[in-house]
Amino acid sequence: MEQVITVEHLRKTYRSVVAVDDVSFEVQRNEIFGLLGPNGAGKTTTVECLQALRGPDSGRIRVLGLDPMTEAQEMRARIGSQLQESALPDRMKVWEALDLFASLTPGATDWESLMEEWGIADKRNAVFSSLSGGQRQRLLIALALVGEPEVVFLDEMTAGLDPAARRAAWDLIRAIRDHGTTVLLVTHFMDEAEHLCDRLAVVDRGRIVALDSPQGLIEEHAGTIRLTFSSDDRDLSWIEAVPHVSSLHRRGPKVEVEGIGPVLVHVAAALANHDIIPNDLRVEQPTLEDAFLAITGRRAEE
Amino acid sequence: MRTLAKLSWVELKLFARDPMTVIFSLAFPVITFFVLSGVFGNEPETDNGDIVWRGVGPTDYYVPAYIGLVMASIGLIAVPLHLAAYREQGVLRRLRASSISLWAVLGSQVVFAVVMATIGGILITILGTLAYGTQLPDAPGQLVVAFALSASCFAAIGILLGSVLPTTRAAQGGGLILFFVMYLISGTGPPREVMTGAMQFLGDLTPLRYVIFILQDPWLGFGWDWTTYLIVAVTTVVSAVLSLRLFQWE
Repeated sequence: MEQVITVEHLRKTYRSVVAVDDVSFEVQRNEIFGLLGPNGAGKTTTVECLQALRGPDSGRIRVLGLDPMTEAQEMRARIGSQLQESALPDRMKVWEALDLFASLTPGATDWESLMEEWGIADKRNAVFSSLSGGQRQRLLIALALVGEPEVVFLDEMTAGLDPAARRAAWDLIRAIRDHGTTVLLVTHFMDEAEHLCDRLAVVDRGRIVALDSPQGLIEEHAGTIRLTFSSDDRDLSWIEAVPHVSSLHRRGPKVEVEGIGPVLVHVAAALANHDIIPNDLRVEQPTLEDAFLAITGRRAEE
Repeated sequence: MRTLAKLSWVELKLFARDPMTVIFSLAFPVITFFVLSGVFGNEPETDNGDIVWRGVGPTDYYVPAYIGLVMASIGLIAVPLHLAAYREQGVLRRLRASSISLWAVLGSQVVFAVVMATIGGILITILGTLAYGTQLPDAPGQLVVAFALSASCFAAIGILLGSVLPTTRAAQGGGLILFFVMYLISGTGPPREVMTGAMQFLGDLTPLRYVIFILQDPWLGFGWDWTTYLIVAVTTVVSAVLSLRLFQWE
């Protein structure tokens, strides 16, 4: 696997505040890599250092084999950026922005189709200040992609988008990855990280506290699967002996079984063997949210 | 180069969509030029035997002076406000993250300032000629040199102000104060000869004074005064160097 981004022992402080404290990770070509964490965790500072918008205090960074500190312009020509807290001139029209940014890269993508894909074609002659928050955001994402970058940095890309537009954005980002672009995604949305990222680094207080695929993080940190069903059977204690079951609770007719891995199949089979056929057997899979809570002790979206 | 051309073209279009700045940068100098010309006419005058308006007709005096004033209003008001707003809104951040260089960003401001000064200069010349029959440049070649130097000078000052004034509020306030002070004491208001000693002294500290001199000299046939050119050139270089050192993207 080819490393597109390498970060080793990155550290960045603002006066006495340590924003990023010894962060190391690698991003491979053609993956969607996420930095997930609460606001103020140091995610944005990290990607700003990667994009040569800030100078780190120490550490080594390589993006496409280039050092952002000394080869910034060369690197910027090959990456795409969607930044937080950035804007375009109030009176700049949508098509002018796309045309300007496309002109920076020889052989840039056809921005007309990009405008269609991101749903801003009907706004082509509208000026930036007249766009809604969601339209601005989609234009800024389109601008990040217009130069056909090898790596694209997306910092809270779905902030301000309505649910339908978020889903559409996820599909488009997956399509971009499938066309060979590497994506570094910064987010504090659990569903976005879980649905979109191939691998995730959980960032908390300037450090990476866990790094794995979303599924891997869930299995390792929040592996407990909860099964519920109703039964009037008096003695169900044999369930505790079923493989992969870790606990059994009863509250009236409600039965709650906790376990890990393939617990569902084993419990279901055992119930059937005992002629207990509940029609309300349900399974609650742990989510990334549970894993995040277990890892950091708090919720990201608070 | 291509980026610079593209960015400059976009900047000019953006400017044309902003009526307030257009009015202030072009209409204000044109209107005050007409007011003063209407009041003073175009006969050379003396003040108790002393020469006023460098010995020429007031309107002939004011044509090149007001071309200088257009440059000053662009350099002191339009450019700093523009750069400060770009910084405040995060436009500079966005430009920087793409491969747009500092040179292209600042270069587009210079192109913008020179183009606007040219439009303003042509406007004032045509209106002066049509309305008052003012004289045309005596030494056009020398005027081109003086014009390019003067426009660059105020472009550089504008970029410097845009680099050191952190917010749009600061840029607006600071720029307007500098503009009106220079407007009143540098030669575009009352002629230097009728000012008090203190006013003359302060006026001599402003770059607009020397820009007006080097624009008037070829226009009115006063020849070359190398010291004046040197003062404008040094102001330009110092402003440019300082702004490159002090420029902040965010």
